[in-house]
Amino acid sequence: MTERLEIHSSEDVVRVRQRVRALAVESGLGLVDQTKVVTAASELARNTLDYGGGGTVDIELVNGARRGVRLVFEDQGPGIKDIDAALRDGFSTGSGLGLGLGGAKRLCSEFTIQSALGQGTRVTCSRWK
Amino acid sequence: MPKANKLVTSALLNSHQAEILQQWMRRLKEDGALESGRIRESELQAQCSDFLSKLRDALAKGSNDIDGADFAPVRAVLTDLSSSRATQGFSPRETAMFVFSLKPALFDAAQKHADGDAASTMEANWQTGLMLDRLGLFTTEAYQKTRETLIVRQQQEIAELSTPVIKLWDGILALPLIGTLDSQRTQVVMENLLESIVAQGATMAIIDITGVPTVDTLTAQHLLKTVAAARLMGADCILSGIRPQIAQTMVHLGVELNMVSKATLADAFSVALARQGRIVTKRRTANNNSAEG
Amino acid sequence: MVDRIPILKLGDVLLVTIQVDMHDQIATALEEDLTARIVSSSARGVLIDISALEIVDSFIGRMLDNIAAISRILDADTVVVGMRPAVAITLVELGLTLSGVKTALDVDRGMALIRRRDESAVDDADDSD
Repeated sequence: MTERLEIHSSEDVVRVRQRVRALAVESGLGLVDQTKVVTAASELARNTLDYGGGGTVDIELVNGARRGVRLVFEDQGPGIKDIDAALRDGFSTGSGLGLGLGGAKRLCSEFTIQSALGQGTRVTCSRWK
Repeated sequence: MPKANKLVTSALLNSHQAEILQQWMRRLKEDGALESGRIRESELQAQCSDFLSKLRDALAKGSNDIDGADFAPVRAVLTDLSSSRATQGFSPRETAMFVFSLKPALFDAAQKHADGDAASTMEANWQTGLMLDRLGLFTTEAYQKTRETLIVRQQQEIAELSTPVIKLWDGILALPLIGTLDSQRTQVVMENLLESIVAQGATMAIIDITGVPTVDTLTAQHLLKTVAAARLMGADCILSGIRPQIAQTMVHLGVELNMVSKATLADAFSVALARQGRIVTKRRTANNNSAEG
Repeated sequence: MVDRIPILKLGDVLLVTIQVDMHDQIATALEEDLTARIVSSSARGVLIDISALEIVDSFIGRMLDNIAAISRILDADTVVVGMRPAVAITLVELGLTLSGVKTALDVDRGMALIRRRDESAVDDADDSD
């Protein structure tokens, strides 16, 4: 069961948080895990909006051998030149330059990112029970 | 060529399933599969019979790929079987033997009923042997996975049992940590501590690490995370129980814990009381009020 | 169209209760409104109640950091109260320690913290950073 949401405004980011929360609850994730995945979703949705020029997120309720939620964020934006650098924490600068990817990654059970200059970005984040 | 061999085995299973089942059961019993009493003969026979049928069906489709879609029912049977064996306490060997003891049974049947030439019978047996080996390995892996899940769950329970949060005084909590602090345990510790902070309205938490064997960079990170989380809830932390070796290790590793740390829990308690503006005084005799912190 | 979060005045303390899942513009507006109010009311303290927030992501976290820093410059203390355990754990994992922000369990204790600053000669701010 996959839901696709458009991300083109900050209200959309709020909607993404709400839907991820709803599906996280439905998948049986505990409160802390729910909070982590919704927070990660908020970070990644905001990135999609602010750096990717808008995009989509597919939210999937996973109910197989593993239970939880899987999120796939996609945008056709400028892409990230140096993924390793982006994954390093940007919070220490505190000036909002960090993409927050490192932090979001820590909140996910599984995290992958595909991006290249001029080729958009695709981030997958899953949280398992 | 391989296709013909599969069909040989498949045909064998088709026409002589009962005989093969009997041989297989005999081997299993000889190997002691029923000795422990954890499984009854009728149950074992049902499992074997089920497996043979599913194997026959998979081979009949012409497939030899045990990871492919055709073999999914076979894998499902083996996964369920090893899972329950693992939970019931069977050894890995006993579980794997379920598959491996089928080999001689199949070879014997091939020997008796083969209608091709010796070479192609041998080739068929060889392929069957390889396939059963792979299935045997699959069974062992499934068994391992179940054991691992069990261990993880037990670790979780141990983590929860071994992180009590103690109320020392109004607003002062003590958290004696015992054992190594890995990331999973840190999560449990944080949850327990924060919930206690809320429940007790605590503003101070003393984290005692007397029972923590070593404090390396990773452990220090986990401690810092715990302290940071408590601080976000309005509680300050004091570290206590620092043994001389730990202090040395921390300095050599360049670990910096930016918080008050004391050697003993008693000292830390003293500091905590002082922070709250409390002092402990002796009770006065006669008519003076007892003034106690 | 942008809702603004109301700011209450209790003596010389400004009280803000965040009860909605804020989108970014609301958060930015709050920061502006609070700054203006601190100056116009010569407030000594700002109390931000986040007990209703299920999520605090990096944007909100930075907003809290900013408000604390701004109020400090204007000689007021900011205390954030009511953070939920799951949120605290997630923030720490995210890498946000909000070290410039004072915290307390609830409004009462938050008020006490602000009062103590006025009463005691020694500043408690050095403790836990």
